[in-house]
Parts: sequence; structure tokens; C-alpha cells
Amino acid sequence: MTQEFNPQVLDDIISAHQCNPSAVIAILQDIQERYHYIPREIFQPLSRRVGLSEARIYAVVTFYENFSLEPKGRFIVKVCDGTACHVRKSTPILERLRKELALSPEKVTTDDQGFTVETVSCLGACGLAPVLTVNDKVYPAMTPDKVSELVESLKKELGYATH
Amino acid sequence: MTKGIMTIDGVTVEIGDERNVLELIRKTGVELPTFCYHSELSIHGGCRMCIVEDDRGGLIPSCSEEPRDGLVIKTNTQRLRRYRRNILELLLANHCRDCTVCGNSGDCRLQDLARSFNLNEIRFVNTAVDPKTDHSSKCISKDLNKCILCGDCVRICNEVQQVGAIDFAYRGSHMRIATPFDEPIADSACVGCGQCAAVCPTGAIIVKNDINNVWRELDSRETLVTVQVAPAVRVALGQAFGFKDGENSMGLIVAALRRLGFDRVFDTSTAADMTVMEESREFAQRLLTLQSMPLFTSCCPAWVNFVEKRFPQLMPHVSTCRSPMQMFASVIGEEYKNGDKRHIHVAVMPCTAKKFEASREEFKINGQPNVNYVLTTQELIQMIHQSGLKWDTLEAEGIDTPFSVLTGAGVIFGVTGGVTEAVLRELADDRSPAGLKRISFVGVRGQAGVKEAKVTVDGRELAIAVVSGLGNAADLIQDILAGTRKYDFVEVMACPGGCVCGAGQPVAPLERRSARGPGLYAADRLSSIKRSEENPLMSQLYNGVLKNRSHELLHVHYPGHAAH
Repeated sequence: MTQEFNPQVLDDIISAHQCNPSAVIAILQDIQERYHYIPREIFQPLSRRVGLSEARIYAVVTFYENFSLEPKGRFIVKVCDGTACHVRKSTPILERLRKELALSPEKVTTDDQGFTVETVSCLGACGLAPVLTVNDKVYPAMTPDKVSELVESLKKELGYATH
Repeated sequence: MTKGIMTIDGVTVEIGDERNVLELIRKTGVELPTFCYHSELSIHGGCRMCIVEDDRGGLIPSCSEEPRDGLVIKTNTQRLRRYRRNILELLLANHCRDCTVCGNSGDCRLQDLARSFNLNEIRFVNTAVDPKTDHSSKCISKDLNKCILCGDCVRICNEVQQVGAIDFAYRGSHMRIATPFDEPIADSACVGCGQCAAVCPTGAIIVKNDINNVWRELDSRETLVTVQVAPAVRVALGQAFGFKDGENSMGLIVAALRRLGFDRVFDTSTAADMTVMEESREFAQRLLTLQSMPLFTSCCPAWVNFVEKRFPQLMPHVSTCRSPMQMFASVIGEEYKNGDKRHIHVAVMPCTAKKFEASREEFKINGQPNVNYVLTTQELIQMIHQSGLKWDTLEAEGIDTPFSVLTGAGVIFGVTGGVTEAVLRELADDRSPAGLKRISFVGVRGQAGVKEAKVTVDGRELAIAVVSGLGNAADLIQDILAGTRKYDFVEVMACPGGCVCGAGQPVAPLERRSARGPGLYAADRLSSIKRSEENPLMSQLYNGVLKNRSHELLHVHYPGHAAH
């Protein structure tokens, strides 16, 4: 779930980088690590403290695919679709995931912000193909059925009512 | 000491202090095409139109190459022509091609170059998407279909003005010029200075156009249309009709305005005298109380916007004087409010931000703006063209009574340092002609972005700063806030060089723009009255319409004034 925005957290992150405008990417990465996305509320205070315009920060955030302006789910599932994973059938895995969570290429986050499903071009773990990660924990040699089990257990962790 | 020799198209050229090969090439008399190169901005190297070929067949973007000894280049080969043509064709592939209905038609570098490269066919399907034109601002419109991503607007907004309202957003084929979160320009950090429109080589950012509204009022029989013309307009408008840069064409402008159908023509310089009177009084008052020092001038609406948006805590420093345009509008409004006809007031300004100022709630009476329409110098030029009026056949005419007297102090308002000089003439201890002349040498004149002067008034030494360009103003404010610089009076004009270089003026390169300021000083020399107070109209106004009402009619309290 998305955490409430806390100005103190932002202040600490910026201070850790000495308000350095050339560290804006690192600052944004730290913010994203904390909130799983870049909250809109950070733009004005960040702009004031590091001396970059809000438009420039927006430019950086939109340039890099890795930054998200949309709130992300508690669990961020990254399905590898690199060549090795692709030929070892990552597509059915992705389809099963989306079906279980009622997501699509356009809608990547569940309404309750429990899950976000993304694809990545290569996780660099081709020997484990097809592979996916959940919040940086690696799940190797996946199958659609294993995905269903995984989703089930993650839902439990979120406190979903199971049937 | 020579820095070396270069060979350009077979011609030997000595390297001087040029920043790059492009400047050297232009010095040899070759006008290489560019979109993204402006001498006053940082080098972007994005448009690739200025590529040249070296003797080994290598391609060099000349704008981002330092001149060096022994370099041999060609600027016009078959290969270069083909490349430039291809670049143009690719730029046009996703560009709106409706030139005839574009606001910048005829004043567009893309159009000019497409024509000169004989580009009569584009091989690619037009992939211009159709994002909506942003009309939210009162001053400018932004149409991304006409954008070639040269970044000129981004760099002038960030580097020169430090407003930072826009930047590149997204990447690759999705890249576009955007405000944060693509919010409407009116809601962004934009202050309406319009410098982005002045540097835009296409019609992607254009100044809002109010011509049709003004024609409608001129056509109507039920209206009395009065017009005021700002000082800076007279030294730039003539440029469109073959006048020399900086040549004063006020008499012909007045004649043209009458022929276009304006009923009364006035000169904003007259109102500048009122501004001097009020501002000197306010300054003298603040020198006694020492509250909210330094005093910031308030003539420039983009500057006022800038303080409101960026440094709201400093709003109490901004003078409560209305700008000359608004002072005049209230006085003219009083004069004609009881006439038989509906009174419409138009202002011809060198400025885009004035369009916003005219629409501010503070300057409306019963919902009606005191200035109904603001035309830029460029719009007036366009109206003269539309009307078919032949400039050469016009004969100079004078402005109308009852506001027909002006001073040299009012005229120089149009150039950076002018407001300060006019105020100093008012406050100076020595008011002899020689004394007044000395004021012009204390350091308030000239094109520099930041000028400092020390003047003694009533035995007290005053520190004065004259700033043009919002970036310079932002730097100065940071220093004032940090306590490293101290002033009593700070004049700020948002556009580098002052109003004469406003975004509503005809677009011209820096060296041509800089002739406009001297044009206004020449008009000042010719004027018989140099000090605002000596304008006989002032005592008439202060004993008449302004009696007991000068605060109501000539001052304004912006929200920020009260909040702090």
C-alpha cells in the first residue's frame, strides 16, 4: 500500500545528498525506494531545496522508464521477458498473472494497490529462466501454476479473504 | 597575438574571440542555417543544420566546435545540402503543415528554410499527433504540433529568465516540451514574459492575438476607442517598414492609429510621469520609515508575477504604484466614463505580460477591465498591413489633448535604467540641467543585466540596482536575502535590455535590438521638459481628477501586499 507522504522523509533524503542538484537522480531513486513511486508532493519542496525547476525534475522523472509517477502496489512483480525467458515461455506466466489479478498492459496496478505487474527486458538471471521477482526476491523456473500459488500466498500475506 | 588561421570555403580567416566555428563562419559572410543556436543561450547542438565538412570528409556541427588553427572546412557541398534538406524533411514529417493558417506564417525559420531548400514534397506520412493547443495563458499559446524540439524556449526560460516553467519531458519519439505534469501554462511557473515566443523558430509558441477584437470595437459606432502607446514601441515598430533600428517613429504611429480608426491617441510616457511622481513619493516615504527596503519597482507585470509566484514573501517590497499603463487607463477611464458612447481603451505595448496584467481582477471596475485590449507592437504592425495602409505615405502627427504633454523622463521608461533615472531626476538635490545630465553617468544607463549606482539624496547615500532579465533578478534577490548585497531601490524589467527588447516587439538579433535604447535617449534629449514634476499636466491632474483620489486611481494592492 502507498504510504502517506511525509515531508520529514524527503528532507532527510535531500540532506543525505547535500541538496546537490546533480544528485537529483539519486535523490529520486531514494524517494522511489521509500514510496515505490514519485509522489507529486515532492516536486515543490525538492525544487526549492536543490535549486532545479519543477519542470526539470519532471523532465528527469519522465525520461527514465524506471521512475513512476503512478502509485505502485505493495508487491511489485517484475516478469522477465528477455530472450531466454521468452523462449522458455514467459508469456503464459505473464498472462496468468494478469488474469489472476485482473490487470492488463495498460492497467498495471490493482485498485487496492496490492499488486503491480510489470515486464522487464532482462533480469540478468537467464540460467533461472523463466524468472520473475517480487520486491526484489527472485522466483526461478516459473510455470503458470506456480504463479497462481505464488499469488495466492501473497494475497494471504496482504490479508485478503481467501476462499 | 593570433589564435591561428582557419580555412572556410577556401577563404583564409583569422581566429578571434569567437566562441565556436559557427560564429567565425558567419563573420566571413556565410549565414549558416540554425534552429537551436542563439548567441545569448548555451549551446545545444540539437538541430544539426549547421553541420560543415572538414578536409577529411568528417561532419562537424559548427555551433559546438571550437575554432582551432589549421582547420579546413567547407560549408556548402552537395553532401551538406542533401543532409540539411533531409533534416528539414524529417522535421516536417511530424510537423503541422498548415502554414497559411499559422500564427507565425511569414515569420518562421522552418518555413523560410523549407522554401530556400526548395522542399516541395515530404516523402513521409504526416505523423503529427494532435495534442490540444494550450490556450490557457493570457500571453502565449503553445501548439506542440509545430514544435521541432530545438529547446530554445527551454533554455531561455531556464538560463536567462530562471523561471523554469517548461522543460523537455519524456524521451525519444515521445519527447515534448511540457510544464510539470502537463498542467496548463497559466497554472505553471510561467510569468508571461513571452521570451520563449520570441526565440521560437516556428509557430509552436506564439503570442496571443487580440487584433480581431480590436477591429470589432473600431468598426462599432457605439464605441469611443482610445489608445495609449508605450515608449518602447516607437523605436521598434518602424523596423517593419524599413526604418533604421532605434529610429523614433512615434509621429507616424499616431498617424497610422488615427487612420485605423482610433478616436483618441495618447502616449504612455505621460502616465510614466505620474508613476515617477507616485513612486518617488513612496520611495521618500519608505526612506523615512525604512519598512520593506529595498523598494522594488512595479512597472513590469512579468516581474510582479515572478515575485508573486517565486518570492511571495517579498511582495511588500514591490511598490504599490500601478504600472504606467494601468495608471493611464484609470485616468483616461475617468475622463471618458460619462460620454455618450461606450468607452473602450486599448494599449499598444512591447510586452506580452501586459495582456495578463490587463486581465487582473485588481484592474477591473464592475467586472470591466480598465484596459480592454493590449496589442503588442507586432500586432499593430499586422493591423497596419491588414488595413493596406501605406507607411511611406503617412505624415507624422501629434497626440491628442487632454493628455498631450510628456517629458523625457517618461519616454526613457522603455529602456532598462530609465525608471530609475526618471525617479532620480525627481529626487536629486541638484536639478540644474548639468545636474540632471550627471545622473545619466552614475551607472544607470547601458545594456548590462545588473547595474549598480550610488546617489546622494538629502545627504544620504542611496544604493541602487538596475536589473533586466529575470535570471539576473533571481540572483540578486538571493544575494539580498543572504544579506551579501544591500540596496535601497531596485528596478527590475523582466526582459533583458528592458521593454525595448520585450517579447511583443519585432524579433531581431541582439545587435539590432540594442539600438532601441539609444533611440529613446535621443527622444529624451529632444524633449524640452526633463523632469516629471515639471510636466504642467501633472499639476492639472493632481488638482483635478486625482485630487484626493491619487491612491485609489494610481495604486494597487495585490494579494501578496496584504498577506505579509
